[in-house]
Amino acid sequence: MSELLVSVRDLHVTFPHRGGDVHAVRGIDLDIHRGECLAIVGESGSGKSVTARTLVGLAGPNAQVRSSRFEIDGRPGPFDWPKLRGGFVGLVMQDALVSLDPLRTVGAEISEVLKVHDIGDRKDRPARVRALLTAVHVPEPERRAAHRPHQLSGGLRQRALIASAIAAKPPLLIADEPTTALDVTVQAQILDLLAERRSTGETLLLISHDLAVVARLADRVLVMRDGQVVESGPTSSLLAAPEHPYTRQLLAAVPSAASRGRRLSAPAEPLAAAPASASAEVVVEAVGLRKRYGAHTVVDGVDLTVRRGEIVGLVGESGSGKTTVAQLLFGLTAPTSGTVAFEGAPWTGLKERRRRSRRRRLQLISQDPLSGFDPRWTVRRIVEEALPSVPAAELLERVGLGADVLDRYPRQLSGGQRQRVAIARALAPRPSLIICDEPVSALDVSVQAQVLDLLADIRAADGTALLFISHDLGVVHHLADRVLVMRDGAVVESGPVDDVFHHPQHEYTRALIDAVPTLEVSR
Amino acid sequence: MTIALDRPLSLRLRRPSGGGVAAAAGFLVLALVAAATPSLFAGDPLAADPLHVLEAPSAAHWFGTDQLGRDVFDRVVHGARHSLLIGVVATGIAVSIGLLLGLLAGLSHKYADEALSRSFDALSAFPLLLLALLFVAVAGPGTVGLVIAIGIATMPNYARVVRTQTLVVRQAGYVTQAVAFGDSRPRLVFRHVLPNVLGPVPVLAVIGLGEAILAAAGLSFLGMGPQPPSPEWGAMLSEGRGYLSVAWWTTVLPGVVVTLTVISLTVVGRRLQRRFEGRLG
Amino acid sequence: MLRRLATGLVVLWAAATAAYLALLAAPGDTVDSIIGEGADTPLIRSQIIREWNLDRPALVQYLDYLWRAAQGDLGRSYLLQRPVRDVIADQIGPTLTLAVTAAGLGIVLALVLAVTTRRPWARRVSSTTELVLVSTPSFLIGIVLLSVFSFSLGWFPVSGDQGVAALVLPAVTLALPVAGVLTQVLRDGLDRALDEPFVVTARARGLGERAVLVRHALRHALLPVITLIGWLFGVLLGGAVIIETVFGRPGLGQVTLQAVTSEDLPVVLAVVVFSAFVYVVINTLADLAYLVIDPRLRRS
Repeated sequence: MSELLVSVRDLHVTFPHRGGDVHAVRGIDLDIHRGECLAIVGESGSGKSVTARTLVGLAGPNAQVRSSRFEIDGRPGPFDWPKLRGGFVGLVMQDALVSLDPLRTVGAEISEVLKVHDIGDRKDRPARVRALLTAVHVPEPERRAAHRPHQLSGGLRQRALIASAIAAKPPLLIADEPTTALDVTVQAQILDLLAERRSTGETLLLISHDLAVVARLADRVLVMRDGQVVESGPTSSLLAAPEHPYTRQLLAAVPSAASRGRRLSAPAEPLAAAPASASAEVVVEAVGLRKRYGAHTVVDGVDLTVRRGEIVGLVGESGSGKTTVAQLLFGLTAPTSGTVAFEGAPWTGLKERRRRSRRRRLQLISQDPLSGFDPRWTVRRIVEEALPSVPAAELLERVGLGADVLDRYPRQLSGGQRQRVAIARALAPRPSLIICDEPVSALDVSVQAQVLDLLADIRAADGTALLFISHDLGVVHHLADRVLVMRDGAVVESGPVDDVFHHPQHEYTRALIDAVPTLEVSR
Repeated sequence: MTIALDRPLSLRLRRPSGGGVAAAAGFLVLALVAAATPSLFAGDPLAADPLHVLEAPSAAHWFGTDQLGRDVFDRVVHGARHSLLIGVVATGIAVSIGLLLGLLAGLSHKYADEALSRSFDALSAFPLLLLALLFVAVAGPGTVGLVIAIGIATMPNYARVVRTQTLVVRQAGYVTQAVAFGDSRPRLVFRHVLPNVLGPVPVLAVIGLGEAILAAAGLSFLGMGPQPPSPEWGAMLSEGRGYLSVAWWTTVLPGVVVTLTVISLTVVGRRLQRRFEGRLG
Repeated sequence: MLRRLATGLVVLWAAATAAYLALLAAPGDTVDSIIGEGADTPLIRSQIIREWNLDRPALVQYLDYLWRAAQGDLGRSYLLQRPVRDVIADQIGPTLTLAVTAAGLGIVLALVLAVTTRRPWARRVSSTTELVLVSTPSFLIGIVLLSVFSFSLGWFPVSGDQGVAALVLPAVTLALPVAGVLTQVLRDGLDRALDEPFVVTARARGLGERAVLVRHALRHALLPVITLIGWLFGVLLGGAVIIETVFGRPGLGQVTLQAVTSEDLPVVLAVVVFSAFVYVVINTLADLAYLVIDPRLRRS
């Protein structure tokens, strides 16, 4: 067996809390061997991040850590944390925009590591910073070192964050959701960079919620749930033949091309057949939509048609203009040019007063349902407000919620429950179109699976058309009938999902698809 | 002047301990009862007793007596009515005008908003005390001028908070959702915007009341408020100052009561603020 | 930046106009208001009418007043028989010394307290003290300090502005409530900053607690403090009036107070306009300081 960098047995982490301690990690064993890439996967609240932070002594000021063995670099505690942190273990977190000090230059942040660990002297540190930025493939390192995180693109600042984590050459690098805040193409580049670090001999502990990301990098995987490891093993065998039901459920819940036509939350069952839509009446039709803010064109000539009973996917990376398209269709923002017709009648250019009577036919579901609920209202009032003639419990039943949530406030619900309430409200007035703007992006994969199944059921039952906006190609491929790919405000390619995703014509679509890490799972 | 001038009014602070809050609330109740029915607790605040001048605190005179032989405790109790009333009316003026203008600014279009916001800025350019002095210089000393001055000077604080809150609520997802259900503009304002904007205002007013009382005490100390022999707290401090070296109690004890009142208001206000934020957060 | 200057000018114009309206609103004849308790002779009356153009149309009066104010001519006190500008220039010195000393003292005290009282018990003691300081009328603080250190112990003079010794108590009195508020704001800012992900990153680099606090969190905590500068100015100027009274110090506060009691309106109005001017200058500087500390705002 190779050298153990970290060895932990029966690790418990508890956070004292009034009204009951939170037992975040409940007795896990963990070995990290030199040179390997170990991944911990789990949904939110599984304890994966707490575990990672405990390895650098940063579980939190109130955290109580217990274990029967806790060895770093072959030695038991107490640890000289300031020396270990950065020197033996480097930490890369999610979203460098907030994980790097926004008021300081990235050069200063990297240089700080060198200073703390007494590497080099004042004179040669700028050169070392440049070398580090070059090592993580930041172009023009000299100029970039003088920039602050907000002046860099998401990919560049994530690279700078990695540079600061590896500055003191720690043998172990912990990456906690290192690509979660990034667009797919950038994510692919960062994953390549992490793979490259491994090939130079660094050991990697990867924390992620994304099985596909894990599959791409890790040698071994630990699946965590509720603070415990439910299953562990070599990546390939674990993904190919998962033993624990939770692992199986998790794998089945990942939406992709392969999952089309079947339920994600209960994999054996097929979805109800979608109504034929090619000749169905047009619900919404946008022609030549253009939106300009000052000199900046956000949406540049988008044509879009959604028919009754159809699910149309709109994919693109951040800044592609897809959310602005949603706003233009919804009619709260007026287009600079172009028109929208809704249910065969003009929609844009009308006074809001004239649209009001038709408003209820067009509903909106957003990524963050909580902000869409008046904080003073209970679920009952929110739903009843939408359709006073029907008991709220009945409407909630349709989205799979019990009457027990009726008198709770939205903030007391889980993310999945909130999104269900939002869907119940959107369905209440029997709209012909629901615009869904990243409706599942904030949800864990198993909850996402339930919500996606629900949306598919609704379409099959009511013939409600959905415009489904997402950055996640897998989700769109799973759910949508047709897809539009947006870039820099324009649609670069559109067509039936299978055609577009299997035979992309535009090079951008191709790049996008290549960048998505996929799970090759035999079922 | 792009930076909003948040006074410490809207600070978010640590939770005060339960015992502290209870004590503060108890003191406030006492102060309110004293203000409502002073004669129940204390004798005549104006009864001078030339035989017992500047006596130290004792069982007969809890807070001692002043230079005219008046009982300091009686005067402090009766003063509660004056001081609290000044504070409440001034804060009332500030809150109602601030609320109105803040809402107006938050709901109106760019230019009207800009104009109103700039006028809040302009008003903040006068320190409270100076504005009050200007009032007195023009209208002469007296309670009415004092109250109006404090009300106007503290108004921008509320107006700003209300404006910001209005802007936040206007942008909120639930307002967009209400639009999706075809709600008309007045309906939006009255069902969603107003209730969510108004929520934090009473809490701010409780904390602001402390600030108003403090300001009133300072102004009457300078002789700009109620005139002697009225037992207003600040005026009492001013009167007693001349006898500081021989009779500290005539100034320090009323002063301590002012401080306790303001502390209690702040502690209770912050507690309410925490609860409120907890409810919405 | 141009926008900031423009709003500054608007504030100044509003201040001058408000002062002018206050003069018109004063009960009785405007000439009487300007004379106040000064000598009332036909000669002085005609002098006033000439200075304020009271014999000409209202608009001309107003524009002329604005024009003079823009040039720094704030009128003449007929009580003191001097231009108001000279009166202010004479008395600004002691007030400035007091305000600057108190501000410096308050800020330093707040910085030290906020950074050193991070442990639970220390912060409990400190926050209670801050609450008391913020809630106590400043004249009471002054009176208590005066009776302890001057009357009982005799360490400092009771009044006057002779030398550093006479500055100590007034400056401390003015600084304590300021320190109370600023410590609360700073501590709050530090708490927020320490909750940010970049602090975890900084700690994960091996940085010690003190270094995290001083090198990273403090700078973030200073941002809200800068927005309080306008408030600070008001506290200092308003406080100066009270504290100069308590400690018998000469200064702008005393001048203002005397002008109010003797109904010398030109002086009161001038002080108001002058204070608005200082406020605008200070706030513009604060905006600049904000840009220096927070580079994120520089682009816009």
